[in-house]
Amino acid sequence: MATVTLRNICKSFGDLEVIKGINLDIEDRSFVVFVGPSGCGKSTLLRLIAGLEEITAGDLLIDGERANDAPPDKRGLAMVFQSYALYPHMTVAGNMGFSLRIASVPRAERDKKVIEAARVLQLEALLDRKPKELSGGQRQRVAIGRAIVREPKVFLFDEPLSNLDAGLRVQMRIEIARLHESLNATMIYVTHDQVEAMTLADKIVVLRDGAIEQVGAPLDLYHNPKNLFVAGFIGSPKMNLLPARVIAMSDSAVTVKLTGIGDLDLPVRSNDLKPDEPVTVGVRAERLGVNEQGQFQAQVLVAERLGSETYLHVQMEGGEMVTIEINGDSPARIHDRVAVQINGRDCHLFNSSGEAI
Amino acid sequence: MKRSFYKKMAITLIAWSAAIFMFFPILWMLLAGFKTEIDAITTPPLLLFEPTLENYEAVQQRANYIKSATNSILISGGATLLALAFSLPAAYAMAFFPTRRTRSTLLWMLSTKMLPPVGVLVPIYILFRDFGLIDTRIGLILVYSLINLPIVIWLLYTFFKEVPRDILEAGRMDGATSWQELFFLLMPLALPGVVSTALLSIILCWNEAFWSLNLTTADAAPLTAFIASFSAPEGLFWAKLSAASTMAIAPILIFGWLSQRQLVRGLTFGAVK
Repeated sequence: MATVTLRNICKSFGDLEVIKGINLDIEDRSFVVFVGPSGCGKSTLLRLIAGLEEITAGDLLIDGERANDAPPDKRGLAMVFQSYALYPHMTVAGNMGFSLRIASVPRAERDKKVIEAARVLQLEALLDRKPKELSGGQRQRVAIGRAIVREPKVFLFDEPLSNLDAGLRVQMRIEIARLHESLNATMIYVTHDQVEAMTLADKIVVLRDGAIEQVGAPLDLYHNPKNLFVAGFIGSPKMNLLPARVIAMSDSAVTVKLTGIGDLDLPVRSNDLKPDEPVTVGVRAERLGVNEQGQFQAQVLVAERLGSETYLHVQMEGGEMVTIEINGDSPARIHDRVAVQINGRDCHLFNSSGEAI
Repeated sequence: MKRSFYKKMAITLIAWSAAIFMFFPILWMLLAGFKTEIDAITTPPLLLFEPTLENYEAVQQRANYIKSATNSILISGGATLLALAFSLPAAYAMAFFPTRRTRSTLLWMLSTKMLPPVGVLVPIYILFRDFGLIDTRIGLILVYSLINLPIVIWLLYTFFKEVPRDILEAGRMDGATSWQELFFLLMPLALPGVVSTALLSIILCWNEAFWSLNLTTADAAPLTAFIASFSAPEGLFWAKLSAASTMAIAPILIFGWLSQRQLVRGLTFGAVK
């Protein structure tokens, strides 16, 4: 298996710079997910690693060797495309064995490998079918099978689940996680869905506008977002972000005034903050409570009942919208007035340029 | 329900009228070929007459049909193969690896079709003379493949554009070279398009008259020259001309008829998905 190292990777299309100097180490056998909003360059970055796009500047090292100029098939990678990109005129077996066929691998060996991969993916019964006779999930499996047959050092996935319906997506997500476990391979996975990123990754790379915003383990990103962008992007429902102003600072705490809500003490220390500086306070829905100790008044606008939990979308007195996760059997209803408890310890503080403090 | 019935009737009527209108000259030629020379030029034209084969006999005696037909087949087929040999890689490159100039190159190629052929007759004739290509099949194959190249490339380009890029990229990840991509992936996927392009090219070559009349005399003369030889200085012999024309268009007509399904399928390839 293999490591992938990106050193100052840049990519421009004409005058348009889409990847702006990416540095990243991908360890052997790790599952790395590139995540970000559409247009952030995550797919382009994957295509640069795959060799489907030429790297404008910087070095790509695969297993320590520079691979910038190696053709795609010589990099020891296999890619699963968003559209599956199956060969429509070939059978499932033909699709999976294509790479071996053009590499002139003897028929018997080719068949053995195809059947082996089909067994892993439970495709044995479908080997003689054409792609158009398969369901979406089956096509996805064939695309993965085509990658497995090549025994690559690194698997690349380009939004592989985005064409599947919700139920199938969850199922395939689990299958991909199991596959990673059983194949013991390095995997690089691109998605815009942060839930996929959170559930699959050993390491998440959050991208925006062609640059890395933060790299880290899923829970690390969840609990310690480096800036407002990562805070807002990772986690579902989204982190509540409330505008505020610094009122006072001490050695152990910062007091802020939440616009239209009230004052709050946060146990952080910063030498960079100035009084009256505009800041943002972030707090996750599950860290908020609705109870008698609540300091702040709000009105329930929507109650989303998911069963085990309920999301209350409330409007604070100052007009800010806040999402609160409460118990599934809570009686709170639409139009109710509630008292929201915000605990300073559970809040994140971001300065005026959006950096976490 | 009623309305759609009338609509259908109207469409059928219009389609049939158009078809008959277009087919009429061919029908008239077919009939004239079986008339005597006198009957053929009678006014008002005769619809009922005693059919005769004398024109076909006369045509056979005066000119070598088999030889011309063979020339037509070899030249049309050869020119089409040659054009495809250049166009397939060209269209592949333009469809999947476009550069800033691809669009204008395509337009420029098409613009060469606007040039009246007679404008380059003299230079081409001199080139042909110097290279000993006059009245050779090779010469006509070269000229035909060149004049059809823009159309063939355009058509293939449009058909190739319909093939999802991902599939070729998957092929590249699987280790396919450009040629393997072209033959294992692109060709099978765009086959209806490639076949109808070839058919169209054959038909265009078959019907081409300007260059065949100017660059051949006897050895390489295709059917167009064969027909032309019947508008002789002694006057127009309508019946014999019609018989000769019927013989000249018969092969391509039958060929086109047999392949019309393929032709239509190819030309609408990708449009209905």
